[in-house]
Amino acid sequence: MTREIDTDASRLRFRDPSEARALGASIARTFAQIGRETVTLMHVCGSHEQAIARFGLRAVLPRGVDVVMGPGCPVCVTDVPEVDEAVALARAGVRVATYGDILRVCGSAGSLADAQAEGARVDVVYGVAEAVEIATRCDDPVVFFATGFETTAVATAAALLAGTPPNLSVLSAHKYVPPAMEIVAGIPGSRVEGFLAAGHAATITGSAVFEGFVERHRLPVVVAGFEPLDLLAGLAKLLELVRDGRAEVANLYPRCVTREGNRVAQEKLWRVFHPCGGGWRGIAQIPDGNLRLRDEWKHKDARWRHPIEIASATAGAPEGLASRCRCGQIMAGLAKPTDCELFEAACTAETPVGACMVSSEGTCRIWAQYGGHPNLAVEGVL
Amino acid sequence: MARDVRLDVVDEPVAPGDYVLNHVGFAIRRIPEEEIAATLELYETLLREEGDDLMSADVRGEFEATRATKTPREETES
Repeated sequence: MTREIDTDASRLRFRDPSEARALGASIARTFAQIGRETVTLMHVCGSHEQAIARFGLRAVLPRGVDVVMGPGCPVCVTDVPEVDEAVALARAGVRVATYGDILRVCGSAGSLADAQAEGARVDVVYGVAEAVEIATRCDDPVVFFATGFETTAVATAAALLAGTPPNLSVLSAHKYVPPAMEIVAGIPGSRVEGFLAAGHAATITGSAVFEGFVERHRLPVVVAGFEPLDLLAGLAKLLELVRDGRAEVANLYPRCVTREGNRVAQEKLWRVFHPCGGGWRGIAQIPDGNLRLRDEWKHKDARWRHPIEIASATAGAPEGLASRCRCGQIMAGLAKPTDCELFEAACTAETPVGACMVSSEGTCRIWAQYGGHPNLAVEGVL
Repeated sequence: MARDVRLDVVDEPVAPGDYVLNHVGFAIRRIPEEEIAATLELYETLLREEGDDLMSADVRGEFEATRATKTPREETES
């Protein structure tokens, strides 16, 4: 007689050791029933990777259940030309306000931090509201370099809709996750059999946004939260769906995610932005993967307001270590940080080469931080 | 420490005393009553963590930047 494991996330206490053991056993049993050598599952969220690495969750998974991180770090997928645009604006004397994480990410001719060191005015802000404040206090043109996924784009949209000073414009590098999942799922050679979707993006879009995806790719999607038990429950559910060949969406993060999502936020998002094709660093050109300002908002679009000379910014840029960086394959789930010759050699948290090592949500940075010695007993989980 | 969190995009009425999920200065969801105790307990655990743990650092940073979710009020354009 096997005990039926309750994967209803609303009943889980987030760190209950006996629940963790039970979920681990459930995962092992389901994997054995699948009866294959490996099953690869992908999550697309830096916070998921932090929790998995931090609590050593890979150690409770049976050998053969491979959990890889996809393109889940917004800073990491901000494309080189987008960073180049921001750096070119800063070097041309425009005041640039942006999130702290993006500061050290290199374009083809340096980063915003480099521009700042050269004397350009670059402000790190907590959010778009602070960029609005900066613009309110000065007469100079201010550009808010807006990075981040749809959750963050909602904030940019709401700020624009609420009214901003005339000297503020927005350089949007916002990304939209669902189309990127389509591309990654369709990469030839991809072994991914199911996806864990990120809870916070789904708070906005709702779990329904994945329903078309599961139809098209015949792959299950489970929305999961960020606690060890949230993740284990999500993986247990995902493996069950794989075992049963059921391509469907399951929401295991009901305390923050509904099927419909946050409609107020969606309405604001799509009034200001429209999806368009564009690059995700190292991965691919992704149809509808970028969020750009709609035509009605072009008076707020930095690309329309300011001439941006990227050519001069990139002329003569040295060919550095970056060409050997494997961020792109890592974010597509095709390689692990430890497959990269630069990882923890030429590329460290102190001297990052690729974007994946810069951001606290990047796969390489997380692996460098937590290393290969996960111990659940020490963490108090098991 | 207190910080304004804007209520432009939250999809339910929010009253003083409510807790909200904050993302870059915007409330994106009102946390249901029954989830509050468990969520706070989890934050306490993360805040107690020592050292340079990335996840705790992110949570601590978030707390430092915004601690006003207990009494949200509409931020007005100045």
